[in-house]
Amino acid sequence: MQRIGVFVCWCGSNIAATVDVEAVAEALSHEAGVVFSTNYQYMCSQAGQELIQDTIREQKLTGVVICSCSPRMHENTFRKTCERAGINPYMVEIANIREQCSWIHKDKAVGTEKAIILGRAAIAKVLLNAPLTAGTSPVVKRALVIGGGIAGIQTALDIADAGFPVDIVEKEPTIGGKMTQIDKTFPTLDCAACILTPKMVDAAQNENIKIYAYSQVEAVKGFVGNFTVTIRRKARYVDETKCTGCGLCTEKCPQKKVPNAFNLGLDTRRAIYIPFAQAVPKIATIDADYCTMLKTGKCGVCSKVCTAGAIDYKQQDTLVEEQYGAIVVATGYNPIKLDQFDEFAYSQSPDVVTSLELERLMNAAGPTGGTLLRPSDKTHPHTLVFVQCVGSRCDGGEKGKPYCSKICCMYTAKHAMLIREKYPDTEVYVFYIDVRTPGKNFDEFYRRAVEEYGVHYIKGMVGKVTPQNGKLYVQAADLLGGQQLKIEADMVVLAAAIEPDKSARPLATMLTASMDTNDFFTEAHPKLRPVESPTAGIFLSGACQGPKDIPETVAQAGAAASKVIGLLVKDHLTCNPCVAESNELMCNGCSACEKVCPYGAISYIDKDFRGPGRTTLKRRVAQVNPAVCQGCGACTVACPSGAMDLKGFSNAQIMAEVDAICK
Amino acid sequence: MQEQVRAKAIELLQSGTCDRILGWKTGEFFYDVTPAVFTTVEEIEKDLVYNAFCGANFSKYLIAESRKGGKIGAFLKPCDTYSFQQLLKEHRIWRENTYIVGLSCPGMCDMDKIREAGIKGVTGGDFTGETLSFETLYGQQEIAREAVLAERCKFCKSKKLVIFDELLGEQGEERETGRFDEVERLEAMTAEERFAFWQQELSKCIRCNACRNVCPACSCEKCVFDNPKSGVENKAAANSFEEQLFHVIRAFHVAGRCTDCGECSRVCPQHIPLHLLNRKFIKDINEIYGPYQAGADPDTRPPLLNFNQGDPEPKRGDVG
Amino acid sequence: MQVNGQFQPTIVAFCCNWCSYAGADLSGTNRLQYPANVKIIRIPCSCRLNPMFILRAFQRGADGVILCGCHPGDCHYTTGNYYARRRMTLLFNMLEYLGIERDRTRVEWVSAAEGAKFAATMNDFVETITRLGENKRLEDLRCKSK
Repeated sequence: MQRIGVFVCWCGSNIAATVDVEAVAEALSHEAGVVFSTNYQYMCSQAGQELIQDTIREQKLTGVVICSCSPRMHENTFRKTCERAGINPYMVEIANIREQCSWIHKDKAVGTEKAIILGRAAIAKVLLNAPLTAGTSPVVKRALVIGGGIAGIQTALDIADAGFPVDIVEKEPTIGGKMTQIDKTFPTLDCAACILTPKMVDAAQNENIKIYAYSQVEAVKGFVGNFTVTIRRKARYVDETKCTGCGLCTEKCPQKKVPNAFNLGLDTRRAIYIPFAQAVPKIATIDADYCTMLKTGKCGVCSKVCTAGAIDYKQQDTLVEEQYGAIVVATGYNPIKLDQFDEFAYSQSPDVVTSLELERLMNAAGPTGGTLLRPSDKTHPHTLVFVQCVGSRCDGGEKGKPYCSKICCMYTAKHAMLIREKYPDTEVYVFYIDVRTPGKNFDEFYRRAVEEYGVHYIKGMVGKVTPQNGKLYVQAADLLGGQQLKIEADMVVLAAAIEPDKSARPLATMLTASMDTNDFFTEAHPKLRPVESPTAGIFLSGACQGPKDIPETVAQAGAAASKVIGLLVKDHLTCNPCVAESNELMCNGCSACEKVCPYGAISYIDKDFRGPGRTTLKRRVAQVNPAVCQGCGACTVACPSGAMDLKGFSNAQIMAEVDAICK
Repeated sequence: MQEQVRAKAIELLQSGTCDRILGWKTGEFFYDVTPAVFTTVEEIEKDLVYNAFCGANFSKYLIAESRKGGKIGAFLKPCDTYSFQQLLKEHRIWRENTYIVGLSCPGMCDMDKIREAGIKGVTGGDFTGETLSFETLYGQQEIAREAVLAERCKFCKSKKLVIFDELLGEQGEERETGRFDEVERLEAMTAEERFAFWQQELSKCIRCNACRNVCPACSCEKCVFDNPKSGVENKAAANSFEEQLFHVIRAFHVAGRCTDCGECSRVCPQHIPLHLLNRKFIKDINEIYGPYQAGADPDTRPPLLNFNQGDPEPKRGDVG
Repeated sequence: MQVNGQFQPTIVAFCCNWCSYAGADLSGTNRLQYPANVKIIRIPCSCRLNPMFILRAFQRGADGVILCGCHPGDCHYTTGNYYARRRMTLLFNMLEYLGIERDRTRVEWVSAAEGAKFAATMNDFVETITRLGENKRLEDLRCKSK
């Protein structure tokens, strides 16, 4: 026979003002199974918790109902309280009489009546509670970082420095990500490569870090502490162990007309290539889409010139399977495609470029050797127009994104300033909706652009860009001046919105990690758990979670690393005991539960059962891996026989609550 | 056809392909044909029938029979093969212990309709052909099989045998017989009319459990209605909730798995059109999530164990 | 239930732990009022809602049942609400087919941030059910009134 104690909290006046706590305690004392019922000012206080503990011991309680704030607030507190007094922590139920009662009602009689009903439901449930023991599962002390940009590199370095092995999977032939393409960084104007490439080298040389470049995550199984990940190592057609990165092949390859992705197609490269001089790992890769040998079987120049004998035209993709305790997503971002923004003539004129393309045009290792020249005729531009928010902050429709891309205001100020400094004879116009400069030294930086460098900032959007006679005619509104402007420009630079990398969505599905409608990964809590995914063991680093600049990315990368380290130092993890459980005697073995389980927690075995008359019957029955099950309960409804039930939220418990409420 | 079926049964036993044969046997009345397991040639020659009253779907029997060791041969009509394949999909039948002879089916007959046609006092006859001939107390009488087809056969969804080891007779095709017309008629009614209709029908239920016991999809090791811990237990009509909603829960449990074999309505002693509940689910599934026929193939994911991100939201009422 | 001659509907709201229950908490935190007729039962995920629970509620005297879960695509368990959506779509259609008023059942997706939506939904649902009046049909389905 259960002995239930009921504790009604006043929460100061938060509850007591709208709920007659004494009446609630009195009414609930008459419920079946209740042997003790009281009320107290603050149940969660030290004195309140002691009251609960003393009562448990004195009254020999087997279960506890606490009528208080939301279980999301103090369920754990009270579970621990009860555990210390010697009863199982899962013999506690909370009736939410604050958030879902006293705070939403004004009439005390109404609030009191509802609180009593909520209390009854909790009593009905706790009477059916069973003690639950949390299991443990071991932690594989190795982390995986998906994405080798600055976010991934920083996370990997921090984890490796703490002494844990960490693997980086990068889909490009080299790590480094977007930052490798950036010329200078705001607000300090230091060279991006100068701060990034040493980190890339650090990562390559760190003995705890293993880099899988030109690779992709193919499949993810398992759960926090014990993921099994299949990595596809794409064929480079170059033996990584032999290639010395001398680059001779990339000079001799006769196929010269390959758009250079690293320079965003502004120039060309060979079919065998090393993306840039500081690539890590510095290994050549054959672009199978363009290689004459791979396409026609005739050529073989690279193989002939390679003294290391590294070229292997027969190389195949290989699959590697590894175990990890934690996975960090650092898949980054891309500028959006601008084919839906015809008003800016991006597709019509080569002199309309994106900001990232401008970075390449200004970079010493870029297609123009760092001299700013118009892509169309390689002449020096005298008038430049920057357009902000191209595809950002777009309301509704399929064009553009609803969010602010966050980094554009600052890099545009940077571009404008750099151009004005290097080419004082140019006129630079920036059209903006708002200039957003929250960040250390950011507003000062923007003001310098305006005040010291004489950049023309104009509030208003560009309506149309018309290429004509080698010029770009820009029509725009000056909202503050209240006039229409027509500017004859040589170049137009579009601050394209940024969006999560396309690989993120399928990856999220593999990881069972959630995403928002814009395909940014969702954090476990927007304020309190910003670097964790709601899926245990999955962490978020960098722009895959939302637009960010480099300092923010690095900060988040470090935070994600510290969370990973916090996980990997544990030998075992405590599992949630509220998991599904299959009653073998009732299980049909039909696989319905297995099909709806998002975690692959259910497997089947053939088992012998005693049949009538001393016979044995072999039956297929479901088994739940309690370490993998997250307790969603999808299986319990898919199961027609009711063999599958969820501990802590069992069919009988929920129906008892229903009965108590509807009585 | 009956002779072919007998010959095949005997052949399967004699060749050692099977050690038992699941076939039909006439019970107390000529129209009361029941499933039976035959182990000898003599039994087969004496009792095995294949006539206009062989409605019983054997697939459910194969759950237990396939686990007994040895090999059981079974005759399955087209609609039975759907149930059989659905049960295979749910891992309920041990396929390797079964040998399936697919039978083409001209449709089974409803004794009530025969009586309504004025044929009474039947003492014997031949019910195997296209025309059924009856010897009655009042002399010889004949009627076309087509005229007295059971409701479910009139609205037969498919004459196609979807799984078998061997075929007896001809392979058929899926058919369009307007089986959802009655569901549509109900849907077109007002809520009050529908409520009255179902109240009229369900109030006849005596909770004999025949529908559940015959249903191939209702083959749980332990039914929730028999399980004291399920919260909805009731073996007999004792408490109001379960008796009212037994049929709704049963229909929901078989939604997406019901092949529309029609056994539930066939066996209902109160003639409640239970198949109209199942067909409502089938019709909705087809319309909302795309055509789906349970048991038609071994692989397609059942609609309730599947989803699309773009699935429509549950329909809202007019008031809310 | 009749209180002082006025119909007071009993409404059961099943809320998933991660989004809607938190959304309900938020409407409390923001002091957004909705009628006390609504009693919330916490379930881990909308996919935990067994149709039996809904039928049970109606049988025991509930006049309306509403399921709230994470928005499609945002399920804490990734896919739970997609399954729930299919189940409820079919179940509600079936109840309507039996002659039960469609408006007695509802599904609403409420995120943890949508406290205002939660309160608005509940206000609207209570109003709808009050207009519909007492639930008699599900209780009476088998008993012909003569």
